[in-house]
Amino acid sequence: KERMKIPQQPMPEQDPNERRSNINEVALGYTEEQARIEAMRCLDCKNAPCIEGCPVQIDIRSFVKQIADGKFTEALDTIKQTSLLPAVCGRVCPQETQCQETCTLGKVMKDPMKAVSIGRLERYVADRCAEQSESPKVAEDTGKKVAIVGSGPGGLVAAADCRRAGHKVTVFEAFHKPGGVLMYGIPEFRLPKELVAKEIETLKQMDVEIMCNFIIGKTRSISQLMNEDGYDAMFLAVGAGLPRFMNIPGENLIGVYSANEYLTRANLMNAYKFGSESDTPIIRGGKVAVIGGGNVAMDAARTALRLGAESVKLIYRRTEKEMPARIEEIHHAKEEGVEVNILKSPIEYKGDEEGWVKSMVCQSFELGEPDDSGRRRPVPIEGSEEEFEIDTVIVAIGNKANPLLRRATPELEYNKWGNINIGENCETNLPGVYAGGDAALGAATVILAMGHGRTAAKAINDYLAEKS
Amino acid sequence: MAHRIVDKEKLSENVYRMEIEAKYVAEAREPGQFVLIAYDNDRSERIPLTIADVDLDKGTITVIFQAVGKSTIEFASLNVGDSFDAVAGPLGNPTDIEKYGKVVCVGGGIGNAPLYPIVKALKQAGNEVISILGARNKELLILEEQFKEISDEIITVTDDGSYGRKALVTEPLGELCSKGEIDLCVAIGPAIMMKFCCQTTKKYDIPTIVSLNSIMVDGTGMCGGCRVEVGGETKFTCVDGPEFDGHKVDFDQLIKRLGSYKKYEQQAAAEHNCKLEGKL
Ligand SMILES: Cc1cc2nc3c(=O)[nH]c(=O)nc-3n(C[C@H](O)[C@H](O)[C@H](O)COP(=O)(O)OP(=O)(O)OC[C@H]3O[C@@H](n4cnc5c(N)ncnc54)[C@H](O)[C@@H]3O)c2cc1C
Ligand SMILES: Cc1cc2nc3c(=O)[nH]c(=O)nc-3n(C[C@H](O)[C@H](O)[C@H](O)COP(=O)(O)OP(=O)(O)OC[C@H]3O[C@@H](n4cnc5c(N)ncnc54)[C@H](O)[C@@H]3O)c2cc1C
Ligand code: SF4
Ligand code: SF4
Ligand code: FES
Ligand SMILES: [Mg+2]
Repeated sequence: KERMKIPQQPMPEQDPNERRSNINEVALGYTEEQARIEAMRCLDCKNAPCIEGCPVQIDIRSFVKQIADGKFTEALDTIKQTSLLPAVCGRVCPQETQCQETCTLGKVMKDPMKAVSIGRLERYVADRCAEQSESPKVAEDTGKKVAIVGSGPGGLVAAADCRRAGHKVTVFEAFHKPGGVLMYGIPEFRLPKELVAKEIETLKQMDVEIMCNFIIGKTRSISQLMNEDGYDAMFLAVGAGLPRFMNIPGENLIGVYSANEYLTRANLMNAYKFGSESDTPIIRGGKVAVIGGGNVAMDAARTALRLGAESVKLIYRRTEKEMPARIEEIHHAKEEGVEVNILKSPIEYKGDEEGWVKSMVCQSFELGEPDDSGRRRPVPIEGSEEEFEIDTVIVAIGNKANPLLRRATPELEYNKWGNINIGENCETNLPGVYAGGDAALGAATVILAMGHGRTAAKAINDYLAEKS
Repeated sequence: MAHRIVDKEKLSENVYRMEIEAKYVAEAREPGQFVLIAYDNDRSERIPLTIADVDLDKGTITVIFQAVGKSTIEFASLNVGDSFDAVAGPLGNPTDIEKYGKVVCVGGGIGNAPLYPIVKALKQAGNEVISILGARNKELLILEEQFKEISDEIITVTDDGSYGRKALVTEPLGELCSKGEIDLCVAIGPAIMMKFCCQTTKKYDIPTIVSLNSIMVDGTGMCGGCRVEVGGETKFTCVDGPEFDGHKVDFDQLIKRLGSYKKYEQQAAAEHNCKLEGKL
């Protein structure tokens, strides 16, 4: 087939040496020509297995074809039928384990990274047609009120869908800026905050009310909203919350951060502009170690570089193959100078008299038998301890469920991992109360949270239609 | 939502009381809880301050703070009619208010502010309350009149003897403990003061509650920056506290962690003061 000979279009990127000292976006986006050539690589498969790989089942085959034909606005309309935040998903979806994993071209090439670059194309049309897209139409007022708790991707999508059905929608957000992890976790160099702000602007134009600094479970409770404030339904999308630590000696020394804290200070609180445009400090420079192998770890490591670290070591218990981070991000991190140390894990941090972390003791591992997750279990090697000098440690080994809402709402059911228990339509055990995203899944992805937002909004809209 | 300052008063050198519009926070708040407050959403830190009082009719909360660094100095420069961008809360667990019997409440410096609502609630719950208020000097002793109204007995001490007894709060505390009959001690003030109060009460096995002031960012359990070791376990001050069993708290670690950003804070305060002087 001729099409298979078309070379995959590389993503234009900022030079690694330059970008490690600025916060601007790394990936610059396709040109029109690149986008059309890349789209032409699509084999137009009859069964389009790519669609099954996308958690929200975007009609990928159609939109890729529309791009190949130069019908960009139509392509965006196709995407928007199912996904509300293509500029975001095109950038941050782990495509190699979703739409590109099932893509026929990727299968033929035996590498999902060589599949049609679906995410990059999605991003291209979203960026190109950003100005053209108008805010969605809102149905006539139903007189019903919906509360959305949390303004991450799950909450934003549910808010839009419930508002479209004509309900009055209020989004409650604990922080001072809406966007959830898109704002405080994922850094600017991977997802410009301006994009998130624009999506929120669209919601405001649709008359969605956004109440920031409003913590459900503290400022008002779920039952107050439902019983006193007249909300008819509610979607809880409060994210994952509480950072996990390893419970090893020295973990409370100064300079040992959770990735959540480190990234929140850097992104949401703008600590990289400390002094002139931000009052929130962050420990900068020196030798940094990041513990973990997921997207969060990569983001923390690359943020540390941009904050002037002398060196950044990424320390991971298994091998690169097992790292949950996106391949592209591991690649970017290495290009920028992050040293990847595999098969190692800290067992102790040592500090000075003033309580500052000064060194870490690491143990080496080898891979043993596969565990429940199918990944080979790391087994410690006796006598392999070594000590590194270190000034800052960032622990990025995942989150546990946030305790705040749970303690405030004992009547809400949780599963054995401490996440909110939900059914097929995102319903909880409380009537009219739905939940989804990381709050129900533990740590998941943007697109899965959005998928839940969609599902829950549909269920809420049905529930409210029935109620009236 | 803008939160307007409706009243402001200077209580002593560097200590201010402000009444701020925050209707929902006022309604939900219980003694022992705090807010995160920021002047400018685009630039400011989120600063934890205890809610010293509320006025439900006016929908306001009162905070009492000491201007110690960049953000609190900026707060102090605001006036009635100015607004804060963010007042989030009420956060933290409320104090366990019960009838304990005879309670000694020890406040040091700005610690009198967070202590005040707790004493008020303990008194209302039928406890006999002895308040020990301490400060470096007379000028820095705050809220004495207010405490007088709600305490059965009040003891004031200053480090330099410029007012009340010349002593540290631990002296009268030790004396009361040694006489027996004390059912509970509540100590709020600088970490070092709470540490020594706990050492004092420990000798007599008197249960002691302290309220910790760890460095915070979100106040909702998301960042872990506020962690402290209590009874050998790591706790998050914002969601597990701020009050803890003082006999179990690792105060030395708390004190060290409070110094995490000294270098940066000094820089920020110096630059800010330069700018302020430029304006005056
Ligand atoms: C650093 C980092 C990098 C990541 N990279 C990727 C990536 O590349 N690709 C990808 O797909 N996924 C990535 N993820 C995961 C993804 O961001 C999450 O799965 C997704 O954001 C979950 O969305 P959500 O709507 O469930 O919640 P969140 O985005 O977590 O938002 C929850 C919101 O609720 C608010 N909230 C919490 N409690 C309350 C309360 N009681 N009252 C009011 N508001 C409350 C929070 O402040 C927050 O704003 C990353 C995550 C992190 C942390
Ligand atoms: C639950 C709680 C309740 C508090 N209640 C009061 C109160 O009622 N009145 C009052 O005057 N103070 C209170 N504090 C302390 C107050 O938050 C700090 O004085 C303030 O944050 C200092 O900020 P700054 O920028 O003015 O000074 P900086 O110069 O930046 O800091 C001075 C010192 O304050 C501490 N600090 C700095 N940033 C923070 C932060 N984000 N969170 C906590 N501590 C920090 C550090 O130890 C630092 O060395 C409380 C703290 C907590 C945690
Ligand atoms: S939303 Fe994500 S998974 Fe779906 S097509 Fe777009 S990039 Fe692929
Ligand atoms: S599976 Fe791949 S090649 Fe086939 S239609 Fe989808 S994108 Fe095109
Ligand atoms: S302040 Fe972030 S967890 Fe307590
Ligand atoms: Mg400060």
